Amino acid sequence: MVQLALPKNSRVGKGRHYPAPAGAKRVKTFRIYRYDPEGSENPRWDTYDVDVDACGPMLLDVLILIKNTVDPTLTFRRSCREGVCGSCAMNIGGRNTLACTHGWEDTPGKEIQVSPLPSQPVVKDLVPDLTLFYAQYASIEPWLHTETPEPQKEWPQTPEDRSKLDGLYECILCACCSTSCPSYWWNGEKYLGPATLLHAYRWLIDSRDEATGDRLDQLEDPFKLYRCHTIMNCAQVCPKGLNPAKAIAEIKKLMVERVA
Amino acid sequence: MTEASSGVRERPLSPHLQVWRWHVTMLGSILHRACLVGLYVGALILVGWAVALASGHDAYLAYSGILASPIGKLVLFGLTFALFFTVASNVRHLMWDTGRGFTPKIADMITIAGIAFALVATIVVWVIAGQTGALS
Repeated sequence: MVQLALPKNSRVGKGRHYPAPAGAKRVKTFRIYRYDPEGSENPRWDTYDVDVDACGPMLLDVLILIKNTVDPTLTFRRSCREGVCGSCAMNIGGRNTLACTHGWEDTPGKEIQVSPLPSQPVVKDLVPDLTLFYAQYASIEPWLHTETPEPQKEWPQTPEDRSKLDGLYECILCACCSTSCPSYWWNGEKYLGPATLLHAYRWLIDSRDEATGDRLDQLEDPFKLYRCHTIMNCAQVCPKGLNPAKAIAEIKKLMVERVA
Repeated sequence: MTEASSGVRERPLSPHLQVWRWHVTMLGSILHRACLVGLYVGALILVGWAVALASGHDAYLAYSGILASPIGKLVLFGLTFALFFTVASNVRHLMWDTGRGFTPKIADMITIAGIAFALVATIVVWVIAGQTGALS
């Protein structure tokens, strides 16, 4: 259901301001979403004036600098710092991306606003609860389904068939795309969302998979697949440069082709 | 305490529309939806016009008078735009349904082209209408 405004407990209030350390030459202001689950207050926007000469070029560098030198309570997920694990996905300057591969200088505007992935329950600060997202991914059974007896070695695949998985297998499940989609914002519990559908397509066109019909049956639903209205936010934000919108269109084509 | 138990405090929803930096394809999608809603209203206005026509001379004149008022003209102008944009946007979707035009660049281009086409076509129709004296 379309809900334009945030619920009462989610409205973001004004927070604290942390000035830059004395002697800082190049200062940039970062406006960061804060939520403390152990307190009783609503979420708030804290602003940090950061000496950007003191840290690296990526937004994750800025967050780590704040946590190390200004405010140790700032909470966020990160691990690989090279765009492979997907942990540090967040909304930066109004678009979802990975903090570790996004240079803060590439964000337009005087202040850079950082908030958790949109329209998700917030655990703390920049950490969203992605339980639903992972459950949806599991629901498409993202593994090889076969009926023929297992071969002695591996399941063979021609280079052409293997190349069909390019642009799909690279997905790191960071949830940038799904949480960028207004359709997913309004119908997240019924619509599977771009990431899960991209993976659904990845298994549908895998030449080794023998459950294509069952997989399509599972998706034949007014909500699961067809809530995609080609808004294209997913393809605009994917930090790996993938195109979930196109994958979804290909599933819709498969649906038509099997009836025809 | 590692996690706030759900009984203690409900988790807030992270901001979405409030923080999102809009993009033209997102505008195209919401505009498409708004135009379709507008065309439903337009269909009712058209039905009203037919009913007025069938109800005789006076009713027709009164109804035409409302449509010719500044507000009426504004609504009709909006409906002309809605009609043209819906056509353009559906051509866009027809292309997408074949699996083409999905790179962000091309998607941007055809969306901007659709909006531009609808604006130009609407203005052309109203200029022609003005020159034939239909607006006076």
